[in-house]
Amino acid sequence: MSKEDSNTVKSRLGNVSRRDFMKFCSAVAATMALPGTVVPDIAHALTSPTRPPVIWLHGAECTGCSMSLLRSEHPTLEKLIFDLISLDFHETLSAGAGHQAEEALHRAVEDNYGKFILVIEGAIPLKNSGVFCRIAGKNFVDTVKDIGRKAGAIIAIGSCASWGGVAAMEPNPTGCVGVQEVLSDKQVVSIPGCPPNPYNLLSTIIHYLTFKKLPGLDQQNRPKFAYGRLIHEHCERRPHFDNGRFARSFGDEGHAKGYCLYYLGCKGPVTYANCSTNQFGDAGSGCWPVAIGHPCFGCAEKGVGFNVPQFTTSPVLHTTPGAGSAPITLERGEGASPGSAALMAGVAGAALGAGAVFTAKLGGKEVDHEDKKA
Amino acid sequence: MSKAKPLGGRIITPTLFICVIFTGFFLYFAVQRFVFGIGSVTNLNDGFPWGIWIAYDVVVGSAFACGGYVMALMVYVLNKGEFHPLVRPALLASMFGYTLAGVSVFLDIGRYWNAYNLYLPWQMNFHSVMFEVAMCIGTYIFVLWLEFSPAFVEKWHLTKAGSFLNRIVFALIALGVLLPTMHQSSLGTMMLMAGFKLDPLWHTSSLPLLFLLTAIFMGFAMVIFEGTLSSRIYDLGDETAMFSKIARIVSWVLGFYMVIRFQNIFMRGELGHAFSGSFLGNMFLLENVLLLVGLVILGAEKKRSNPQALFVAAVAILLGGSLFRFNTYIIGFDPGTGWKYFPSVGEQMITYGLIAIEIGAYTVFVKFFSVFTTHTPVKSNQKERIPHV
Repeated sequence: MSKEDSNTVKSRLGNVSRRDFMKFCSAVAATMALPGTVVPDIAHALTSPTRPPVIWLHGAECTGCSMSLLRSEHPTLEKLIFDLISLDFHETLSAGAGHQAEEALHRAVEDNYGKFILVIEGAIPLKNSGVFCRIAGKNFVDTVKDIGRKAGAIIAIGSCASWGGVAAMEPNPTGCVGVQEVLSDKQVVSIPGCPPNPYNLLSTIIHYLTFKKLPGLDQQNRPKFAYGRLIHEHCERRPHFDNGRFARSFGDEGHAKGYCLYYLGCKGPVTYANCSTNQFGDAGSGCWPVAIGHPCFGCAEKGVGFNVPQFTTSPVLHTTPGAGSAPITLERGEGASPGSAALMAGVAGAALGAGAVFTAKLGGKEVDHEDKKA
Repeated sequence: MSKAKPLGGRIITPTLFICVIFTGFFLYFAVQRFVFGIGSVTNLNDGFPWGIWIAYDVVVGSAFACGGYVMALMVYVLNKGEFHPLVRPALLASMFGYTLAGVSVFLDIGRYWNAYNLYLPWQMNFHSVMFEVAMCIGTYIFVLWLEFSPAFVEKWHLTKAGSFLNRIVFALIALGVLLPTMHQSSLGTMMLMAGFKLDPLWHTSSLPLLFLLTAIFMGFAMVIFEGTLSSRIYDLGDETAMFSKIARIVSWVLGFYMVIRFQNIFMRGELGHAFSGSFLGNMFLLENVLLLVGLVILGAEKKRSNPQALFVAAVAILLGGSLFRFNTYIIGFDPGTGWKYFPSVGEQMITYGLIAIEIGAYTVFVKFFSVFTTHTPVKSNQKERIPHV
């Protein structure tokens, strides 16, 4: 983004300097493992005069996902939602209330028909026609069906929206399901987690804005850039796992020393997410659950989080060979031993000798020839 | 031109007997390597991940085996039909040289059971020099066997296969010239990537060119060396006239090489290092003195027609060229922080065994298959030859 471009959108960036803004774009590109060359594209997409409209709906949930998004600081959420994207409707952040808010929602939907990004937070109760979650006199399931039909792209944020999450925990009295189950004919991007890393959402939205298509998704429609690897694979405590150093109970010596939390029921070996590489939101490094000494409970993995008891150990999906202990003193190779040096010298000597004898014989013959010629 | 014929004669000779003994050592250590792992036989370590098996058997061995390449280049591309009798022996030596280089690579790669991945297109990394070398050598081994296959056709009268071979032989020869040009230069590129770990006397962006040139003159020198040996041992008659013509080509290629080599060293300001008296400086001098000896001998026309001088020059060139390649791959290579490497007994025995297999198989093949064109005895030939000499 050139200086001039920067000036035209300066009012919208507010106190965010051009430098900080470009840093944000780079960080987003890095999260998705995109090359640095797309950073200007990202900057362009984010500063284009027509801000992409986003409509955010809440179902059966705790608003934790919104809360985690509020914590993101590069840039601060308000810069993002007011200036970069156009967050046209968000129930929690909306200034209006009641009919006024509802009217705003419907106007936003009609104005941006087929173009807006619909973000749904929270599960959708289906039992008894979905009466367990009613907003503005309508069952939430009907709202989702109605607005989902008109959306350009749909993102289910959080585990609740992805597959039901905590709301769908056994015995699931309200029959909660994820968004994909309700909008089965639409592509719904899932960003599970309780709450998910806000940058996974931001990166997905920005990918859509920049390339006009969704990032690569896995079979459960999770963006591969964030959910492609098991937490266990890149865990900072992985060397302890490989070397058999485990915390056996909370507060024991191993726990105090920061050993692997596997036997405390860590679900890292079965949970696909980038927590171990991206840490958590803007909470700072060393602030994700495993780093503070709490085993992962698998919030981002359907069938694990809210499903498998906290202290149950999980199977290890991909057994990889242990790295082994790095030796303190490293053997740096052997020089020539008497045997090996003698062997080489002997063979070289024999070859040279044979060569010399042969050469001498050659000479003899040649002398013969020359004698004869002469 | 007389047609190539099998030599016949006694198969079990003292030479073959010695070769078989060394082959036995080879098998012993090869089995040990495959069963107990590469560390049980070699002195390889994290600093020197490849040793004599690559430096000698592949890098030097494939240069020795470039006889087939240069002779095919001379006869089929430059159309010098007069050298035709030298093509098949050179091809035979190349075939064994490259095949055993392939065997050596197989021994050298840690997880040999994954080697087949090289040939799976979806596993190929086209940005890798090592891939280029592996693929080229892997393919060239097959090409060499096919290039040599007319000898099998003649032996077993495979007329159908023979006519098919005749139709595709031009492609084989083209590949047989193209592939070595590619991988011999890539062998240089490989050590170009070693960066500062390789001593500046050998680390230069001209390494690919230097490797290609050494391959060419070492290939020619090998033809002279091996031709002189076999002509005396098997009484094939005097081929000195042909060798002296080849020697003339060698002197030009080698001269060109020496100019580039020293200009390169001078240009990069490393000449002082070369003459500093340090171990590596001396290795550089030794390498080039050997080549210079070859060049001086072959440069004089009178010497070129003397079989003894020719043989000495060929040996000097082979030694000098090999030392250049050894220096580049092992001696001048310092991975830093005190790594050491010297081939263990087992490692050396495998290399000696591979050489023994090559010599032994060569002596057997020339007796079974049509390799050599036997000449009429030297004396009756001399009148005809004198004008050329």
